[in-house]
Formats: sequence, C-alpha cells, structure tokens
Amino acid sequence: MSERRLADLLAMWRIRAFEEKVRDLRAEGPIVGSVHLCVGQEAIPVGACEVLEPQDALFATYRGHGWALARGVPAEPLFAELMGRASGVNGGRGGSAYFTAAEYGFHGENSIVGAGAPIACGAALAGRYDGSGRVAVSVFGDGAMNQGAVHEAMNFAAAFSLPVVFVCENNRYSELTPIADMVRSPRLADRAAAYGMPGHRIDGNDAEAVRFHVRDALEVAREGGGPTLLECMTERLVGHYIGDAETYRQPGELERIRRREPIARLRAGLLADGVPEREIDAVERRARAEMDAAAEAARQSPPADPATAMEHLYA
Amino acid sequence: MREMTYGEAVNAALHRLMEELPETLVYGEDVGVPGGVFGVTRGLRKQYGERAFDTPISESAILGSAVGAAMFGRRPIVEIMWADFSLVALDQIVNQAANVRYVSGGRLTAPLTIRTQQGNAPGACAQHSQCLEALFLHVPGLRVCMPSTPQDAYDLLVTAVHCDDPVLVIENRTLYFGRKEPVETGGPVRPMGGARTRRAGSDVTIVTWGAMTERVLEAAEALAGDGIEAEVLETPWLNPFDTGAVLASAGRTGRLAVVHEANVTGGFGAEVVARVAGAGVPLLAPPIRIGTPDVRMPAAPALAQSLVPDAARITGDVRGLVKG
Ligand SMILES: Cc1ncc(C[n+]2csc(CCOP(=O)(O)OP(=O)(O)O)c2C)c(N)n1
Repeated sequence: MSERRLADLLAMWRIRAFEEKVRDLRAEGPIVGSVHLCVGQEAIPVGACEVLEPQDALFATYRGHGWALARGVPAEPLFAELMGRASGVNGGRGGSAYFTAAEYGFHGENSIVGAGAPIACGAALAGRYDGSGRVAVSVFGDGAMNQGAVHEAMNFAAAFSLPVVFVCENNRYSELTPIADMVRSPRLADRAAAYGMPGHRIDGNDAEAVRFHVRDALEVAREGGGPTLLECMTERLVGHYIGDAETYRQPGELERIRRREPIARLRAGLLADGVPEREIDAVERRARAEMDAAAEAARQSPPADPATAMEHLYA
Repeated sequence: MREMTYGEAVNAALHRLMEELPETLVYGEDVGVPGGVFGVTRGLRKQYGERAFDTPISESAILGSAVGAAMFGRRPIVEIMWADFSLVALDQIVNQAANVRYVSGGRLTAPLTIRTQQGNAPGACAQHSQCLEALFLHVPGLRVCMPSTPQDAYDLLVTAVHCDDPVLVIENRTLYFGRKEPVETGGPVRPMGGARTRRAGSDVTIVTWGAMTERVLEAAEALAGDGIEAEVLETPWLNPFDTGAVLASAGRTGRLAVVHEANVTGGFGAEVVARVAGAGVPLLAPPIRIGTPDVRMPAAPALAQSLVPDAARITGDVRGLVKG
C-alpha cells in the first residue's frame, strides 16, 4: 500500500518540481510569455492518468503541464517547448498553453476556455467507428463550466452515450474571480443530472480518490454507458499565471490551502504509517534532480529555426 | 493635460463615460472587482457599484446580453479579454448585433461597445495572437477602430460609446504599459473616422494602423536616412474609413504601401489597395501590402519575430518599392 502511495508521491513531485523550475526559468528569462502553473492540483492528473490506456485521448486546458507529464510526455521536450527550442514537443509552435503530444495520447492543451470538450466528443465518436475502445477525457476548470461549448459537449456526449469522461478541476477561481460569485449553485457536479449522466464531486487532492472515480467512469464509458462528469475539488497554491499579484485571496487563505494540498497531505499520511522520513524526502530529491537535468538539457538545445516558421501549415 | 499610458487613457475614458452617460454599463470577465487583467477597468466597480461587474466565462452571454440591454436603453461597454475569444461568440456579433438597426428599419438600435485587444506578444500562444480586424470589417453594421496612441485610446473609446451602433474598439496589449504621453481628457466627443498624418513626406504613402504604427514610424526614420521621405498615414478608424485622405496622399506621393500586423490574404490592406486602384489614382509603381505571411502564429518568440513585420522589413520593402 505504501508502495503505491510512494509512487503517487513521486509522480506528484515530478509535476511540482517541473512547475517550480518553470517558475524560475520564467523569472530568469529563457521562458517568456504567459504561463499557468498547476501547483497544488497535482493529484488529479496523477490519479487519472494512471488508469488511462494508451489508446485513450486526453484533452487538457492551458493549465496542463501536469497532465502532459502524468500522461508520460518526457520533461525535456516540454521544457524545450517552453523555451522555444527546436526540440520542443511542438518545435516551439505550441508554447505553455498549447502543448500537444499525440504520440503519448496527449491530444493537446487548449487556451480557449472550454473548447476541448466538443473535440473530446469527436475523439470518442471516432472510436465508435474504429473499434479502438478509446475513451476521451476532457479536462477543464470550474470557470469553463460556464462556456456554451461545455454545455453542448455534455449534452452531445450524453445523447449519444459517447465514451467521454469530463474532468472539472474546481480550484474555486476563474482567473481572479471566485466561481462562487459566478454561479447560483456551487455544486457543479449537479449539472450532470440535467444531461442524464452521473456526476460526482470528489476530493481532487487525493490521487487515490481520483483514480477510483476515473477508473469507474472509464469502465462505464467502455461498456457503452456514456459520459460521466467528475468535479475534482482542489486549490492552486500559486497565482492564475506567473506574476499574478493574487490580491483576490482572503487573509490566511494560502495557509489553510497549504494544510490540505496533496503533497503535504500524502507526506503526512506516509509518515503516520511509519514510512521513514528519509525515504519520503528522497522522492522529492529524485524528482528535483530529474527536472533540473531535463531543464538544463533543454536550455542547451538550439532555438527553433525561423526558416521553419512556415512549415506544417498544409500537407 | 495629464501624462498617461495607453492603458491609463482607456481607464480615464471609461471613468468619463460612466460619469457622463448614466446608461453605460461596463462588464466582462474579471473587469469588475479585480479591475481587469491589464488593470484597465480599475476603480469603476468602486465608483459606480453595480454598473461595473464581473461575468461568468460565457462570451455568448456577455455579447448577447449586451445586444439585448442596448435594445432596451442601456449603453453596454463589454470587454472581450482577447480578440481571439470573440470567435466563441461570433453569432452574437455578426448575426445579431450587426442586424438590429437594419432589420428593424431603425426602430431598434444596439449601441454597444466591444473593447478587446489583439496581436502578438512574445511567448503568446497561437490562440492568443491573432489580428482579426478584417473579419469584423467584412461585416456591414459594425464600426471598427484601432487606436495606437494614448490620446486616441481615450478619444476613440469616448466616440465609440457615444455612437448609436455597435462598435469594436480593438486595443493592443503591447501598448497598454508603454510611454506616458499628455492626454486631453475633457474635450468634445470627436466625430468618427479620420486619418492622422504621423509624418509628412513626398516619396511614398504608408498607410497603417494599430501597433504597427510605431514600427512604420521607425522605418520612415530609417528611410529618411536613405533620402526617401515617407508620408505615414495612420487610420485608427477602419470603419468608417477615411478613403479620401489615403487617395489624396497617394496622389501626391505616387506610391502606396499598406502595413498591418494581420496576415496578408484577405487583410484590410487589400481593401485599401483596391480603393486606391478603383479611384484611378495614378501610381509610379504597383502598391505593396506588408503583413504577416499566411500562417498560424507560433509561440516561440524566435519564430513569431520572423513572421510579424518589423521596422527592418518595412524599411527594406518600402525601399524596394521606391527604388524599384
Ligand atoms: C473563451 C475564453 N474566454 C476567456 C479566456 C480567458 N481566460 C483564460 S483562463 C480563464 C479562467 C478559467 O478558469 P477555470 O476554467 O476555472 O480554470 P483555471 O484557470 O481555474 O484552471 C479565463 C477567463 C479564454 N482563455 N478563453
């Protein structure tokens, strides 16, 4: 049991170490532009991706570095993409908010809020014809639940019993505005009922809970039972983007969040179970060493060649 | 006159409009309590309470409700954070807002203002970099302007909101935090349209708008070093467009270049060239269009920089036009 939890801890630390490295590189200069980190939300991709099959298609949001890593995309080409290098996953075309690595079943981030949900329906629809048994997973934030595209996608998937799992990462904020101020009924999972599909609000800071519910939803989907909506409750420990002054936070909010964030919580649980502290701390060191090396290798690689800027537009 | 950045000038205009037009409403994502992701709507919520508010991330509802509220006597000023996101609600802009006055035979109007910003900034992804003015300029019934200076950022917004038709004010985020310049804030509401001669010259007319204006002026300086005097005509209003000013200038200089950040095919530059050709203005050389090549916009700054026109490319292309 603690084996599994140590593996979860490592997977979460890889994401956090990646994100902290990105934050540093953004401050130093090799990364430019708008970057949205998922620090604090690591348990959701870690729990969900472990139970996905290679043929499944994952559609993430712009806050998707963690999803790419959890899906198995190596860190080095991700760092390289963020630094605009030729060796980046998208050769510098995607950037932080638009990573795509289809060979890993990672069918892209999306920086148009909610736009991935209808596309996920299409991936599921294609599976009906290609016999792959594919399930599509669509990930978006609480704010995206208010996009027309998401409503249409949910109804579309439900009407045709498409194998889609809708994963809402409810971190309680949409950019700088609390979701509670933007909806009348704060339980977003309840919307599932309106479309005739199951909806569950789950603890998104517990990788095991996420895994349990995603596995269930995948099974239902594969058996022809149609879509499920999972509202994963979590919190981001950082600003909406790097540089966000976070003036919207309440006094003491971050301290409260830190007490229930997934890594600290899992660490405490492991300690309580008698796992030696040095074994737990070794996990963090290992993750950081891996990410430092990947970032450095990416930094040493050549920038994308402007002469290639027109490539890949047409066949 | 107070010195202001472009972003501060937009803010000053919004304050004035809330003050002088009680029917205005300002809303959009994060514009109320947080004061906007670029700080441009700061202070409105505090000062005007419920007339400035935050919305869900629902562009169709933001724009559609603006159309409805405008039909019923309000004068909404809505913000679409990035022009790219307006595509999510294109129906409300094109099929709805643009039709209101025409189809009702003038019995209904939709005096709403859409404030948005567009263009490439280093590291922005392909969904946050597009220049979409030509898309909206193809739609009769919409007014479109693109200010580039703090004074125009102020004046054009005031004019837009006083207009009784839907107006898109397309700003540019690379300009928000730029140089401070003196801005006259209390002046009369200026008429729509008009061009600005940003530099006088006799050898070539360069027509431009938006964030390219600064680069064109830089190019004009470099050309002057070569003995080429370029007349730089900025056209902050694209609909209504001051065709007369362009014809007059091109007639004087005998050469025409149009520079925009948007990609070339179907860009508004084509329309400008067609109007000059259609008017029979005699030119000494075929007119040229300078814009981004027809490609998606990559995130990597090195790639994007090679595509978006810069002063060096504008200088080279115009030199080629003049020297033949
Ligand atoms: C269609 C569209 N509208 C607005 C935006 C600007 N925007 C980017 S992130 C964001 C907030 C999204 O909040 P949420 O869905 O809760 O995701 P989170 O950032 O919390 O992960 C907004 C409004 C956008 N990218 N796309």
